[in-house]
Amino acid sequence: MARVVVDVLLKPEILDPQGKAVEGALGRLGLSGVSSVRQGKTFTIDVDGDVDEARLAQLHELAGSLLSNPVIEDYSIREVTA
Amino acid sequence: MTSGMRIGVVTFPGSLDDRDAVRAVRIAGGEAVALWHADANLHSVDAVVLPGGFSYGDYLRCGAIARFAPVMTPLVDAAKGGMPILGICNGFQVLCESHLLPGALVRNDHLHFICRDQKLRVESTSTAWTSEFEVSQEIVIPLKNGEGGYVADEKTLDQLEAEGRIVARYLDVNPNGSRRDIAGITNERGNVVGLMPHPEHAVESLTGPTTDGLGFFTSVLTSLVNR
Repeated sequence: MARVVVDVLLKPEILDPQGKAVEGALGRLGLSGVSSVRQGKTFTIDVDGDVDEARLAQLHELAGSLLSNPVIEDYSIREVTA
Repeated sequence: MTSGMRIGVVTFPGSLDDRDAVRAVRIAGGEAVALWHADANLHSVDAVVLPGGFSYGDYLRCGAIARFAPVMTPLVDAAKGGMPILGICNGFQVLCESHLLPGALVRNDHLHFICRDQKLRVESTSTAWTSEFEVSQEIVIPLKNGEGGYVADEKTLDQLEAEGRIVARYLDVNPNGSRRDIAGITNERGNVVGLMPHPEHAVESLTGPTTDGLGFFTSVLTSLVNR
């Protein structure tokens, strides 16, 4: 079994009001020096067998269409040890 | 009196305003046809409304899963062929996710869900859904959303302005942080319109703040007759 993690974050130029709210809360709870918080999503996908090139290409296609909206979000894919 | 025109209203799991959209179509004089998200065809309708609500619980992103519903395959083809399509609120989000309209809708900048009677200025009357308004006409219809902030890159926004594709703008107050006060846009051809406020809730004086919303539904019937 292989584990693939897809991280999705709003593009830097898109306002992230949720991240801003979290940033404010961190400050109120005593964490000093926070300059920015961005809130995103993580998808942990377990697949049978190995992640070969064809499968990775398929994952990229779905990460860029279903899992993220390329108009407002960037994604990254990494394979991790399950 | 009915026009004989068949206007489909799609129900996704989690749609809320499909019944009101059906009512609005009928009051405007059209024949409302209920479409189901799992339908493989559009049942010979002449136009389609994608209603407001929370399709698929707004999971993943608003409209992101609805975009892949079976009914969207014939709908996207029909839209590209010129069929009038109106996406209201969640329907607007579905149209953006489907890339039938540019840009995206994001969380309101103030983070609150907003529900108010909203003043708008109709900017374009050359769409299938706004032909019965006058340019710069001011209307008031309900607005209710949590993720209604319209965003697109500057180039796209400039292009929308230059091509007259901004259909309506918020007046007096920008309720959700939408870029350039955009409340609604259209595609190049003017047949696909996305609108964040809800015209279907403003078609009867008993329940709506005005009957200004009716114009969207009578417009499409006129557009279809004059086709």
